[in-house]
Amino acid sequence: MNMKKILALGLLGLTIGTAAHAAKIEGTGSSFAYPAYKAWSKVYYDETDNQVNYTPTGSGSGIKEVIAGHVDFGGSDKPLKPKALRKHGLIMFPTAIGAITFAYNVEGVDNLRLSEAAISGIMLGKIKYWDDEPITRENAGASLPHKEILFVHRSDKSGTTFAFTYYLSKMNKEWRKKFGAKKVVEWPSKNRIAGKGNFGVATAIKSNAYSIGYVDYADAKKNGLDMAIIENREKAFIKPTPGSFEAAAVFADLDPKKDFYANIAYPPKGYPVVTATFALVPKDGKNSKEVIKFFEYALTKKNQLIEPVGYVPLPEAVIKKIQGYWVEKGLK
Amino acid sequence: MELIFKKLAQISASLLFVILAATTIVLYLSAKPAIQEFGAGFLFESRWGVEETKNVSEVVPNQELVVDGEDADDFMEDEDDFIDDEDFVTDDDTESETNDSEIIYGALVPIIGTIFSTLIAMLFSIPIAMGIAVFLSEIASATLAKPISIAIELLASIPSIIYGMWGLFYFGPFIADIFGGNTVSLLVAGLVLGVMVIPFMAALSRDAIGTVPDMLKESAYAMGATKLEVIKDVVFPYAKSGIIGSIILSFGRALGETMAVAFVIGGVYQFVGKVTDPTNSIPVVLANSFAESSGLSLSVLFYLALVLFVMSFMVIVVAKHYLLRRK
Repeated sequence: MNMKKILALGLLGLTIGTAAHAAKIEGTGSSFAYPAYKAWSKVYYDETDNQVNYTPTGSGSGIKEVIAGHVDFGGSDKPLKPKALRKHGLIMFPTAIGAITFAYNVEGVDNLRLSEAAISGIMLGKIKYWDDEPITRENAGASLPHKEILFVHRSDKSGTTFAFTYYLSKMNKEWRKKFGAKKVVEWPSKNRIAGKGNFGVATAIKSNAYSIGYVDYADAKKNGLDMAIIENREKAFIKPTPGSFEAAAVFADLDPKKDFYANIAYPPKGYPVVTATFALVPKDGKNSKEVIKFFEYALTKKNQLIEPVGYVPLPEAVIKKIQGYWVEKGLK
Repeated sequence: MELIFKKLAQISASLLFVILAATTIVLYLSAKPAIQEFGAGFLFESRWGVEETKNVSEVVPNQELVVDGEDADDFMEDEDDFIDDEDFVTDDDTESETNDSEIIYGALVPIIGTIFSTLIAMLFSIPIAMGIAVFLSEIASATLAKPISIAIELLASIPSIIYGMWGLFYFGPFIADIFGGNTVSLLVAGLVLGVMVIPFMAALSRDAIGTVPDMLKESAYAMGATKLEVIKDVVFPYAKSGIIGSIILSFGRALGETMAVAFVIGGVYQFVGKVTDPTNSIPVVLANSFAESSGLSLSVLFYLALVLFVMSFMVIVVAKHYLLRRK
């Protein structure tokens, strides 16, 4: 159980204690989305007295629980195909966009630039030292040490790993052929350690010199980690900032006709490692309208609230589409 | 009244067996698909969650075609055929059947990681715990023994996640400074486990030593035995079964400890070359994968849990048989 889960349990305990006079909705799933839903549900409760309890149990269980009807909505970082949604009587829409950064710990190297060749080389275990050519080529001024690269990854199954390997699969053919996009990967790099949760990875990077790993932007920022500037599809080097994530989000192919089914990583412009997180709602659940009310409030009134916790708010146009989608599905 | 009491005690005791049997049955049933799939080879397979393509020559060129599409947009729009759909709901059921590859799971790395981390913990904790127990019951004055006893009981009540955090933030980097290697490794996990079980072992051993009759000790002293001789030849042999019992209990706890180890063992499916390498243990694999698993990958976890269950059971049976019965 990670820290977030414990906090969530505590929160749950607190909310159960208070009288249930207003609507109360239960959700579970993606831990990636948890900070956003937490921020939203807090203001929602303050302003409307309606409770939203969201527990970060992981995308897999979010999908399972919502299908089983144990919760009013599920959170998943992995979109379900429209066919699967129809089969289980669910609707799906994105709620926020997040980014995954390459956080590293090399003393004296501030603005590490990683080309696609360098990233694939490190991930495939072919580039072993910090001063190997593909890395030094883009970092002429920096004094990169002849030290072995320590790769840090997630030890638990996670949507973050899925989104990250999805990006790698889009970017690199060899990766795509050998590994593909998965929630847990047998990483080829020999010199590696793993951390539990984004928080565990961030801590491992912080306390081990010459390490690099993939961490969601929120945790990297919170831990004050250095984040690499990486090459995108246009061969431009992009710094991970909310602005560059937004530039990428514009290209998200989020289409209501396909129930917004899309993996948005590796867009043509902007920061390339971005991912959307989705909400799954039963079409005829007894609280489904309340769930939609909550997300409408969140997306239309409090969308900016999630920026400080490391997300990119969905673009206006997408929110309009989502609202249309709700009306069409008869939930608004 | 007597009868009711007797019956209640009987029920309590038999409840234990019911729980044990129920656990075994549930574990076995849930693990069955994985047992059928992998059999006993599961125990000797070192790969975990690795896809093995059965028909390499046919599959690869196919993918190549898709990937090599000249048009970059085509590449973006294509069906995401490289996504690993182990989650049962992602697609309709027929699609996954056509897949020519299967995912290999093997328990060897976590089994060995579990055994080694527990052994390190025992090597580290037994001498220290014995020292504490002997000091408290034989050497320390009452005024000193009391606060130390309270401290031990306090340590025993610290939740394991606290030990995990402590290991991750402070103890791990400290060990890495001394022994080299990374801040998370088999060694760190073993030592954190050792620290965790010391209070248990010390408190139980102290109680066991406390049962040694004063008369025996006094007679030995009267014969001219030194303190060391009394402890070695009178106290330990007398309290032997209690002390071994405390070690077995602690061993069991170390074997199944999850949260603390999850943060410090490294979580990597890799054999250790040296003790400062990261690896994995069974409870950690369970904790890390459970929430996100379904279908066969979930069944594999139950299989792994069954393996741990049998391991603990065997250790306890063997230990009891050899260490306690032979007199």
